[in-house]
Parts: sequence; C-alpha cells; structure tokens
Amino acid sequence: MATSSALGGWLHRVTDSDVWWSFKSSPMTVTAAAVTFFIVAVAFLSPVLAPHTPFDPATLSLSDGLKPPVLVSDDGDWTFPLGTDDQGRDVLSSIMYGTRLSLEVGLASVIFAMVLGIALGLVSGYFGGTVDAVIMRVADVQLTFPAILVALLIDGVVRGLISVQRHDEIALFVIVGAIGLSFWVSYARTVRGSVMVEKNKEYVQAARVIGLSPVLIMIRHVLPNVTGPVLVIATLNLGLAIITEATLSFLGVGLPSTEPSLGTLIRLGNELLQSGEWWITVFPGITLAALVLGVNLLGDWLRDALNPKLR
Amino acid sequence: MVTTSNNPPLLEVKNLRVEFPTRRGTLLAVDDVSFDIAPGEVLGVVGESGAGKSLTGNAIIGLLEPPGRIAAGEIRLEGRRIDNLPYEEMRKVRGARIGAIFQDPLTSLNPLYSVGRQLVETIQTHLPLSGSEARKRALDLLKEVGIPGAESRIDHYPHQFSGGMRQRVVIALALCAGPRLIVADEPTTALDVSIQAQIIALLKRLCREHSTAVMLVTHDMGVIAETADRVAVMYAGRIVEIGPVRDVVKHAKHPYTKGLMGSIPSLGVRHDRLTQIDGAMPRLTEIPAGCAFNPRCTERGQRCLVERPELMSAGASRAACWLHDRGGVGAPVARELVDA
Amino acid sequence: MPDAPVAVGSANQFVRIAGLKRYFDVSAPWLVRTLENRPRQIVQAVDGIDIEIAKGETFSLVGESGCGKSTVARLVVGLYAPTAGSIEFDGNDMAARHSRSDMAALRRRMQMIFQDPFASLNPRWRVFDIIAEPIRAFGLSSGKADLEKRVGELLRQVKLTPADGRKYPHEFSGGQRQRISIARALASEPEFLVCDEPTSALDVSVQAQILNLMVDLQRRLQLTYLFISHNLAVVYHISTRVGVMYLGRLVEVAPTDTLFRRPKHPYTRMLLDTIPDLDMTGRQRAPVAGEVPSPINPPSGCTFHPRCPFANERCRIERPQALPIEGGTVACHAIEEGRLPIEERSYAAGG
Repeated sequence: MATSSALGGWLHRVTDSDVWWSFKSSPMTVTAAAVTFFIVAVAFLSPVLAPHTPFDPATLSLSDGLKPPVLVSDDGDWTFPLGTDDQGRDVLSSIMYGTRLSLEVGLASVIFAMVLGIALGLVSGYFGGTVDAVIMRVADVQLTFPAILVALLIDGVVRGLISVQRHDEIALFVIVGAIGLSFWVSYARTVRGSVMVEKNKEYVQAARVIGLSPVLIMIRHVLPNVTGPVLVIATLNLGLAIITEATLSFLGVGLPSTEPSLGTLIRLGNELLQSGEWWITVFPGITLAALVLGVNLLGDWLRDALNPKLR
Repeated sequence: MVTTSNNPPLLEVKNLRVEFPTRRGTLLAVDDVSFDIAPGEVLGVVGESGAGKSLTGNAIIGLLEPPGRIAAGEIRLEGRRIDNLPYEEMRKVRGARIGAIFQDPLTSLNPLYSVGRQLVETIQTHLPLSGSEARKRALDLLKEVGIPGAESRIDHYPHQFSGGMRQRVVIALALCAGPRLIVADEPTTALDVSIQAQIIALLKRLCREHSTAVMLVTHDMGVIAETADRVAVMYAGRIVEIGPVRDVVKHAKHPYTKGLMGSIPSLGVRHDRLTQIDGAMPRLTEIPAGCAFNPRCTERGQRCLVERPELMSAGASRAACWLHDRGGVGAPVARELVDA
Repeated sequence: MPDAPVAVGSANQFVRIAGLKRYFDVSAPWLVRTLENRPRQIVQAVDGIDIEIAKGETFSLVGESGCGKSTVARLVVGLYAPTAGSIEFDGNDMAARHSRSDMAALRRRMQMIFQDPFASLNPRWRVFDIIAEPIRAFGLSSGKADLEKRVGELLRQVKLTPADGRKYPHEFSGGQRQRISIARALASEPEFLVCDEPTSALDVSVQAQILNLMVDLQRRLQLTYLFISHNLAVVYHISTRVGVMYLGRLVEVAPTDTLFRRPKHPYTRMLLDTIPDLDMTGRQRAPVAGEVPSPINPPSGCTFHPRCPFANERCRIERPQALPIEGGTVACHAIEEGRLPIEERSYAAGG
C-alpha cells in the first residue's frame, strides 16, 4: 500500500515536471519515442511475435528461398510478408531477432562503457594529481583512434588469441567489451569535469569535516550529482553503439552468422543485392535507420530538456 | 531636490508592472510601482532579494530578459516615453541618456578589448567626436575616476585591473557619453569593504560634478544612508515607503522598514538581540491579499488583510500602511506565523 | 563505545593555535616552468597566527577578501593540513598521530558552518539524511526510532519542523537552509563551532534571525564559536574577542569593546572607518588609498606598510611582532615605538 502510493506520488511528480511538459510539447520527440518504443517492444517480444524461427535449421526449406515481399510478389502469400533470403529464412522474423540482438549488444556496451567511464571519471576528478594525469593521458591517446578501429583492434587481438569455435561462443562478450572500451572516454571526461566542480562545494567539505573516507564521499555525495549529463551521453551513445556493432558485423568481424544482428543481415543481403533481391538488405537497413534515428532524436530532446533545469 | 512644476522630474515611473509568464501562470514581479527622480538627485531603491528592485532598474534601462516584460505603466525620461521604444531607439537612449553600472565588474567589461577601446567605442556611438577627440575624452574620464597612470593604462585589458579599479572603469564607461541618469545595480556589493567606501565616494562626487541623477539599487542600507538623497523601500514587488533618506532611516514609518532598520547591527549600542522580523518575504506565487506584509506585521488589523494600501502621506515621507490613514487598521489581528 | 582517553586542556585555552602557517603552491606545471624559465609561486595564505579561544566565548576573525581568514577556518577543522604550526583542541594536538577512534572522538566535538546556503547542502539528499549523517557517522544513535527523535529535535531547535525532514534543500529559502546547516553541525553534539561567514549570503532581516538563533544556541548548549566575517557590525554584535587579519597575519587581537573603542593598528582604524554610518551622525567615511596587494608577492617587512600613513623605514624591513597591550595584542612598530597615539572613539547615535 505504501509502495503504490509512493509510486503514484513519483508518477505524479514526473508528469507534473518541466521535463515531461517539454516532452509533450514536441511532436517530433513524441513520434520518435513512439517509433523507438515500438521497435524495441517488438524486438524484445520476438520469441512470441515472430511468425517463424529463422535460425532453427529444422524449420527451413530451400524451396522457400528468395521469395519477394508480399506486396510486390505475384502470389500474394502472406506467410513471408517481407520475403525470404537465399536459405529460406523469413526476413521479418530475422529482423525481429536481429534487432533484439543489436539492442542487447548496444545496451550492454553502453552500460559497460558507462560504469567504466563513471568510475574512472570519479577517481580522476576527485583525486586529481598523478592519478588524474595518467587516466587522462590514456583517454587522450585512445581518442586519437576512431571507435571502430579500437573495436577492430580488440576484436582482432582476441581472435588471434583463441580458437575459432571458442571465439564464436564468446563473440557476444568480445563485441560488447570492444565497443564499450571504445566509448568510455566521453563518460569519464564529463564526469571528471562535474566532479571537479562538485568536490569544491561546501557540502563535500562538510562531509570531509565529519571525517568520512574519500571513497564514501565520492559514491554517496558526489556521484548522485554528476550523473545528469551521463544520461544524455548514454542515450546518444546507444545509437552509436548499435551502428558500430552493425558496422563490425557488416565487415564480418562482429557476431557470427548463426546469430545475426541487423548488421549481419545487411551484410548477408548485400551479397545478393546485385542479383536484384533487394528486400533482404533494404528492410533490415530501414529498421536500423529508424531505430538509430529514434534513439538519437530522443537523446537530443533529453539533452535540451535537462539543460534549463541544470542551469 | 524637490520636483516642482518649474523643475520637472528627470525620470517618471508611473504604475509600472513587470510580469513573467510561466506555464504555471503569470508571475507579477513588480506591482504598480511609481516614483520620480529629479535632475541630479540620488534615489536609493532598497529591498531584500526578490523584492523586485533589480527588475525595476532593468525595466528602466530596457534590459528586461524575456520572458519578463513590462505589462503596464509608463516610464518617461525628460518627458518622453521610453518603455515602448523599439530596440534600436532604446539602444540610442541607453548610453547617451541613461548609463548603467552593474554588480560584477568582471562581466561588465569585455575581456577581449582594451579598456580604452571600449570607452572610445561607446563615446563614438553616442557623440559626434573624431577618434582622437574620443580618446582624449576617454583619457580624461579615466583620470577623473582615479586610475593612476591613465596614459598607459588606457590600453590595458580588463584582467590587468583589480576589482576596484575595474569598477572605476565601469563608472567611466557609464559616464562617458554624458548621460543624465545612471542606474547602478549593487555597484559595490562585490567589492571589499575598504574599496566600497572609495567607490561610493567617487560615485557621489562624479554625479554631483556632472549633475547626473542616480538610481541606486541595493540591499545595503549603509550605502544608501551615505549616498542617497531619497530612498524607496521595496517589498514583494511594491514600494512600501519612500522619502528623504534621513527620515526613512531614522524615523521609519512602515513596519517593514522599522523591522529592517532594527535588524541591522549597528555600532551605536550593543543590544542583546537584534530586532527580527519573523517569517520571510512571500514568493511571487504566494503574495497575500491586502497588504503584502501583513502576515509578518505585529501591528496589523482587519483592514490590512483585505485592502491593499497605496502610498500615503506619513510625516515627511510616504508609506503604504493603513496605520497612517485616518481610518486606521481596524480591529487588531494576531499573527499566525511559523518562523522562516 | 567508550571514548579513548584524550587529554583535557585548561578552560582558557580550549582552542589554541600557535604559529599556524599554510602556504599554497600555485606555480605553473613543471613542464611550463622549465620551458619558460618561470619561478615557483607560493601564496602565503596564512603566515604565522597565534590565537587562544576560551571555552564559551565567541572569537571573531575579521578581514577583507584574501586575508586568509577562511583558510584559518579550514585549517582548524582539518580540511587543510598546516604547513607549519600547531592546532590544539582541549589540550590535544590535532596534528599528532591519533588512533582512528581518538581522531573521530575529537572531530565529533568540533563542526563547521559554511557560508553558501546553496552549496553547503547536498541537493540530492533529503534534509533528514543530511542532518542524520553525522549521527550515523559517529555512531551516536541506538536505532531508527532514536535517530528520528534526534533529527526531529534538532530541526525543532533551529525553528523548523520534523516534517521538513522529508523535503529536499531546494524547497527551502536561503535562511532556512542555513538553519539546516546549523542543525547538521549540532547533530554530533559538538562543543566548538567554526562558522565561516554564515550570514554573509543572507538578506539583512534573515541575518538577524540567524544571528539571534546562534546566540540562543550558544547560551543553551554552552558552545564556543570561532566566527569568520568581513562585516564589522555583525562582529561587534556577537563577539567576545576579535582578531583582525591582513594578508595572512594577525595585526591586532582585542576584546570587542576595546577593539572598537580604542583601535590601535592603522589597518584596524581604517577598517572601522569604512563601516557605514547608519545612525546618520554625519560621520564621514574616510576612504583609504590603495588596495589589498596580491598575496603571491606580499610587501616586505610589515605587509601593510605601502598603505600605512605611519610607516617608517623599519616598517619596510622588519616584520612586527605581536605585543601584548590592553588585554590583547597588536603587531605594529608605530605603536611599539610610541609614535602612534591611541584615541578613544565613540559611536553614539547623533541628531
């Protein structure tokens, strides 16, 4: 009972806030949010919603291969609404599962980058001195490489170190790690800047007067006050992470073909593009674009909505 | 200096209202404020944070930040209305006829240009002087405001001056086009105590010499007591008392002013407790009906709760308080306050 | 947990500061210095301070910005470590190696109130947690119910209500936040409070409320205050003794009445001259020439000599020592040599 009224109270505070009002008053943001949430919902419910199971070889038959989408095909058969690829896999179902995988990788790598970046930013900003100098130089060096290259590098190193089958098993973790490691810098820098401002504020000094340890002060006092901009970066990074994963998969160094993400699907379809079977590449491409665009627009809105409050 | 028909006021503010439309409704920050400033007079506008004094000053200079806007009333400078001028016209008024001094000398000066260049630019914008004439005028002004070594310092940048020196430059900048009125918003608050005294003395002297009137907006009663001829006390967007400075400071007629003067520790007698006004100034969204001060007033009566008092005659000053009306305040009503 | 045995000083020297110094190295980074051949730059923020505070008294430290008074406050409370000198609290040397529990026991007995009511409370914490933090940190409560009782009592002591504990700092005005700060400082049941300009950021009428509150609390809880301020009128009102600082040094220390009626050091006299004349006696403020020099390159000898009308050759070369006089001390060659007569001042209300 108490929790439901607390929840109701929180909900009321949210809907009453300036942030919610700015959300409602921007049609583009509402549309972007709707599209994004639709895609995300469908993707995560794919085991339930998908009409076929495209990656279970037992359900496939080559006779279904290369069927065009229903609206341009001659037979009007809705079994495979968006057509099939050369193996007989349903494009629509592939997109659903693929989007889920892309989202999983995207979210996981963003969370990984966020945790790593926040931790390093906190330490760097609070302790300053040599620790700060070392961490920031590492960050600077890493920034000279494009994220894709860093991810490629890490991925390549891992491939070189372990056998191909083992690699396929842990490919997911390698990709998440690689993308995450290429993104932590922006979190660290932002957090470091905020920490340097907050640590001189008097509420931090009051905590020091009480005699609390630096770690406790960092986590309990400083951390809650520096996470605002992190949220915005994370949202914008999500789109970037998804694209990066797609690029890596497109280049063939991402996830294996047995668990294709949107990027892998685009790659697989790309090879068939020349022979006129456009639907295998185009539909995953549209989905990827819509998802990333929606996430980016949401991130833009969030940055602007949180800004006047931060001011 | 008293305004008479032979000596028309330099600045007339009539029924000024400044509003802020927000999504929760319109906030009234300056509520029906009227006062005059005679030529060469120093009018102090004093009040605590949120009283609306800075906004009044900004409205007069034409620098209200949107969404704030003048919702009603008139502002006349030398008889001509300036509150409804288009941006370009107001820009000419600002600087040439009204000068401004703000609180923070650091941000009032452009850090990228030398002091001399900023002065010359302002002078040439408003006066038909050649480059060398303008520079000479700038140099004279810098000497007048007491910058040592003005010949060489005229080409220095703002960061090469100390806080007090910078504020002197700001004063020079405000005076350079020969305005008739200066609006000074907390000109000494950001300065050290010993520098404050210097700057106040400088401002007084210069304005007397140039016959410039000053509207001095501040929360510091001490500065007012030493500098102003008349003072207006603001509370919750309204003027509650206005009169000659000696009368308002030593014989305040409005309960708020009395409380305010009593709260200030002075060196005369060492009291055990300072007079305190219980409660706090109401937020703009919660201004009480009737007299805005009534919830905190120890002398309130029935009338104070419902009727809003206008400024009325009280000795040599005017106070917005029913205590000075023949009808009185009505039956006394006790306060129901929790401490601020 | 029983307190580990700690020394107890005499009542007259409840807090004893001797030869306190704090220098800050503000040099450019090593690489820049080497490439551009620049010297090291040291700011002598606090340059040898001796203060004794008796139990129950209010000792005020006044001076303009840059004089080091805020640094002294932070040194006393342990936010900075001294470059030299000692701080003794109730007979215990704060810099000596104490065990963790001893140190915590000492820290518990002194707390600090800060200047900025907006930055001194964590905006993400509820008021209850802000006030409860010292109680929790020092293990002073016996459980949740006891904690709530203590916090409620503290809020009532500063004229707020226990229900205010559920709110966030931004829901309060400046004056109310300063009360919350005071409640937090009192939570560990301290004996000594360091107050760093606690009313400077407040409106005049709110300042009066807070000052009255602090005086009441001092009487009721037998607190000792070290009060930092630049406002001489406030200092006159609440202090037992006053110390005047200039560029990191104490130029004069005296009981309040003595300092204001018979100021000795030329800087003290100058400061008193800058107090505005609210009683409208017509007393002219006498503005003094010059500005406070940069603390990176302080003048030699007596640091006040460039602005002092009574400076002689000795003042340029030799740093004056603190001489005991009339219940206090003054560091001035002119006084020592008898060149500067001490006059009586009155501030009686005129006309």
